[in-house]
Amino acid sequence: MRSRFLLLAGLMALGLFAAAAQAAEEVNLYSARKEELIKPLLERFTAQTGIEVNLVTGKADTLLQRLQSEGRNTPADLLLTTDAGRLHRAKEAGVLQAVQSAVLDQTIPASYRDPEGHWYGLSVRARPIMYVKGKVDPAELSTYEALADPKWKGRICIRSSENIYNQSLVASMIASNGVEATEAWARKLVANFAQPPRGGDRDQISAAAAGRCDIAIANTYYLAMMLDDADDRQRGAAERMGVFWPNQNDRGAHVNVSGAGVTAASRNKANAIKLLEFLTSDAAQQWYAETNHEYPVRDGIAWSETLEDWGQFMADAVNMGRLGELNAQALMLMDRAGWK
Amino acid sequence: MTPSEAAPQRSSLRHSRLARPDVWRIGVVATALLLALPVIVVFSFVFYPAGDVWRHLAQTVLADYVLNSVILMVGVAAGTLIMGITAAWLTSMCEFPGRRIFEWALLLPMAVPAYIIAYTYTGMLGFEGPIQEALREAFGWGYGDYWFPEIRSLGGAIAMLSLVLYPYVYLLARAGFLEQSVCVLEVGRTLGLGPWASFFRVALPLARPAIITGLSLALMETLADYGTVQYFGVSTFTTGIFRTWFGLGDSAAAAQLSALLMGFVFLLIVLERWSRRRARFHHTSTRYLQLPRYRLRGTKRVLAIIACLLPLLLGFGVPAGQLAVWAWQTAPHMVNTDFIRLTTNSLMLASLAALIAVGLSLLMGYGKRLRPTPLVIASVRIAAMGYAVPGTVIAVGVMLPFAWMDNTVDTWMRDQFGISTGLLLSGTLVALLFAYTVRFLAVSIQTVEAGLGKIRPTMDDAARSLGLAPRHVLRKIHMPIMRGTLLTAVLLVFVDVLKELPATLILRPFNFNTLAVRTFELASDERLADASTAALAIVVAGIIPVIILSRSISRSRPGHDHAA
Repeated sequence: MRSRFLLLAGLMALGLFAAAAQAAEEVNLYSARKEELIKPLLERFTAQTGIEVNLVTGKADTLLQRLQSEGRNTPADLLLTTDAGRLHRAKEAGVLQAVQSAVLDQTIPASYRDPEGHWYGLSVRARPIMYVKGKVDPAELSTYEALADPKWKGRICIRSSENIYNQSLVASMIASNGVEATEAWARKLVANFAQPPRGGDRDQISAAAAGRCDIAIANTYYLAMMLDDADDRQRGAAERMGVFWPNQNDRGAHVNVSGAGVTAASRNKANAIKLLEFLTSDAAQQWYAETNHEYPVRDGIAWSETLEDWGQFMADAVNMGRLGELNAQALMLMDRAGWK
Repeated sequence: MTPSEAAPQRSSLRHSRLARPDVWRIGVVATALLLALPVIVVFSFVFYPAGDVWRHLAQTVLADYVLNSVILMVGVAAGTLIMGITAAWLTSMCEFPGRRIFEWALLLPMAVPAYIIAYTYTGMLGFEGPIQEALREAFGWGYGDYWFPEIRSLGGAIAMLSLVLYPYVYLLARAGFLEQSVCVLEVGRTLGLGPWASFFRVALPLARPAIITGLSLALMETLADYGTVQYFGVSTFTTGIFRTWFGLGDSAAAAQLSALLMGFVFLLIVLERWSRRRARFHHTSTRYLQLPRYRLRGTKRVLAIIACLLPLLLGFGVPAGQLAVWAWQTAPHMVNTDFIRLTTNSLMLASLAALIAVGLSLLMGYGKRLRPTPLVIASVRIAAMGYAVPGTVIAVGVMLPFAWMDNTVDTWMRDQFGISTGLLLSGTLVALLFAYTVRFLAVSIQTVEAGLGKIRPTMDDAARSLGLAPRHVLRKIHMPIMRGTLLTAVLLVFVDVLKELPATLILRPFNFNTLAVRTFELASDERLADASTAALAIVVAGIIPVIILSRSISRSRPGHDHAA
């Protein structure tokens, strides 16, 4: 009898302790954005609001898996990923909740957030066509679709289909042109590859600059970071490349967003929304643009000089969630087309 | 005394005789089951229907996965065997300048994670790297005007993995050569065998179990590799698992691929056992004189130096040198208090994991030695399966049951007392250490088993007949003999955990990072120069145990003078 009482008392003390621990103002973040590219912002947030941010970084897929298996006891309040497809998948898995925030609804364009408020885009990443200046006349370029033309045979560098940005590029084409046309396009594109896909986006840019191919498809911030690099070789390679914005006469260039959603089990929901709002504030948006050369998700934010140099462009307005829906189809299509 | 009084006594005696073996048996089987949990969880997905993903895989990419994985394994097997055995034979049986340095230095590539060597070589040898660029400038070549080996290819992956994995073969082959009784070799020589013949006909066959152990570690590591093949764009089973899991969102099909991979490993193990069949590899003589080394002269001497220098230079010198050059530029703004915390975190995790793994390996090894029943032997095998499974798969296999258990406890506590206990083990270092143990137990088990194999059963019998209790046999006979082995096991696991990335990334708690995580984060953003400081720290932290290891092995030879 007495021992049971002790057990109960002990457990209650433990419960109180846990409650006390939770009472501190904090928000817990699962982030697919690397520590270097999020922590400085989180530190500012803590300085401004006094809310502590606990951080685990990792790959989006496994963070999502962790969220799913931890279920209603997950400590995470916010899931942050670097592409919208995964956020859509998280929503489908039921681990995110819809939140309403006038600030977020006002500042973030509709195509960059979930219609029901399960997730919000925080920065925009564009994937245009990059060409070697002097070797390719930009007038020859028009659309992603046109890269299937045999005249590009052996002249295109692009990374593996394993990469999420390629998957969402192909998903955006399925959304626009349908599976059949996109598959036919992918087959022809693969036939135009200068080399079997390997390495990352920077590698494609370097390969093009070194003469291995004439065109590289890569995200702009990689090119921008190469321009900033301390290494002369990286900088030299990047300087040889021009940026072409494709599909400006139809749907626009392919973009993806990094974004975040509040978890269904969040215990610090108010703080999580505060953090989301902070990440779309002027200061934070400017930080993305300056530090990592991503495009701000909202208008009226100054771009970095590099981004200004590449000019304004029209972005594909397909809702990011749609890309998530089409992701598996896109990958299978690339498998069939022989895109390694 | 009546019969009725004697009966209970006898039955209690029988009872104790029955109960004693159970301690070992239950211990080994229960530990093995616990450690097999993640693998079992993954296997359990096999019974989920995987939809038409399999048909899609079979029609498109599966043949590639199988073919590339097989070629990769054959290539790495050839590479590690040639480099490892040659170096082991030369350093243990021949005398040439620099031998004493090579002895330990040849282990250094072990400290270099495979994905890091891949990054550094690509930076140098890739089409856009400095070497090819210099060639193009010097000769006015353009693309297609000349031939240069493509580093980012299947062949490149074989080279990279061979260079960092050959130390496993070297380590065990050398131990195998060193423990061979001089008598066997002398008999060979009196029968007219020259150095080559005595190598191929006596030493190599005798060292075979040790070499196969080293090779199997290297191959398991090859099959589990993700970083290198992914970066080189080579589709293997491992990359296929991730594509299917995350790209196609089909965890069942991905788990089935993992199961197939494990089946493959199991088949290999069985094949090897079968090929050895009834052969025995005990050493029958106890004469362990200082081995008469072959003194190499002239061309032979030069060739020997080259054979030892090349793997060392390519597997360690070049990548570490490149990292050092990069780190020289970037270290000033990378090293700060955060960096020191990363280092201590890495060292702490690696030490704890190493001690746990070796402790459990001792249990397994002794269990198998004392009770070699089929069940116990199978349990030990199963417990060691994790080494061939990619870290990510293990991590998910750890995450699911831990979260399930935590949630079940939480629900029960809520129902009974209205208290939420939340997550008790998930997202803690306990889960992470458990994953390390599952992943790397094979390394320590193999080493401990090899060490125990050296202790002939007759020694136990002799000690027992002289009146020592079993636990005293352990302390007075086995411990002193096993010291070197245990140290080896601890250090191998330590170095492996230091390099480990995927499980750490997935299972670590809030606000907790390691050197490997930092390296990965920067390298995956293609910031190799910034990643170099953390990468170099892993290499340096790995070198120290590797050197200790190597010294302990040269001393481990029976009869070897400790002062030497």
